[in-house]
Amino acid sequence: MTGAAVVVVTTFLASSVEAIEMVTIVLGVGATRGWRSTLAGAGAGFAILAVVIAAMGVALTAIPIGPLRVLVGTLLLLFGLQWFRKGIARVAARGLAGYQWHDGGEAPPPAAGLDWTAFVLAFKGVLLEGLEVAFIVVTFGATARMLGPAIFAGAAAVVVIGGIGLALHRVVSRIPRSLLQLIVGTLLTSFGTFWALEGLGVEWPQSDADIALLLTFYSLAALAYIGLERRAHARALEAA
Amino acid sequence: MAGAVLRAAAGVARFLYGFVVGDDWRAALAMLLALVITALFVVNGVNAWWLVPLLAVVMTGVSLRRQARR
Repeated sequence: MTGAAVVVVTTFLASSVEAIEMVTIVLGVGATRGWRSTLAGAGAGFAILAVVIAAMGVALTAIPIGPLRVLVGTLLLLFGLQWFRKGIARVAARGLAGYQWHDGGEAPPPAAGLDWTAFVLAFKGVLLEGLEVAFIVVTFGATARMLGPAIFAGAAAVVVIGGIGLALHRVVSRIPRSLLQLIVGTLLTSFGTFWALEGLGVEWPQSDADIALLLTFYSLAALAYIGLERRAHARALEAA
Repeated sequence: MAGAVLRAAAGVARFLYGFVVGDDWRAALAMLLALVITALFVVNGVNAWWLVPLLAVVMTGVSLRRQARR
């Protein structure tokens, strides 16, 4: 394999990992809260990203990514845990029957105007993950003195993974909302945990693979809590 | 004009509170404390990656119990 091909393949694969995280957040939030504000947030994230990349170029690596990871990770963790908890309660209470927005006092997305929750979640996901893709491109490209092929590979990863997300969005939209809220809550909690701790200087034992372990851990916890909630509900009904 | 600015600021504050804290301020506070404690561990050379996931699951259980009692 030539030097350029090595740079392209390595950058594409590394960027794909970040792009999957980005597209997962946008897809999950869009299917749960609606697409208009989610895509507006993702678009705003890409716009800011483009300005930052154009202004800084290869000096991009000077941006302190650690504090940004702590900020975005903490916000995603705190918000994700709310959906995680509500998703568990709703799936336990109603199975996959879905729910009304006013259940549990949650504000529905507005009929008109911007849904700021969807906007902010998509914006943060795109900005942080987009910056990570840009870092990968600059690091691999500048080290090998092949910035052109690295930029092509990074952009290709975002386009390919984004295309897969686009193809999947109808399937995701068909998932019952209560289950979808639990899935997205689990994803946001997992990503938030990973990024916040990484930003604080924690070294994950298996690096990026620990995101999958966090997803498994939180999913098993959700299943356990759903079982406990159902049992408690059944006992309460028997006692009544 | 000042009234409109105040209303907008109050709206932003309400959104941020709902986004970050939500309906269980104890759970949010516990997670923030877990992050601070993890940072202190890391500064002192302990790679405490396990604390936040563990506390997140525990606080979810506590929060679900509190919600069920309401």
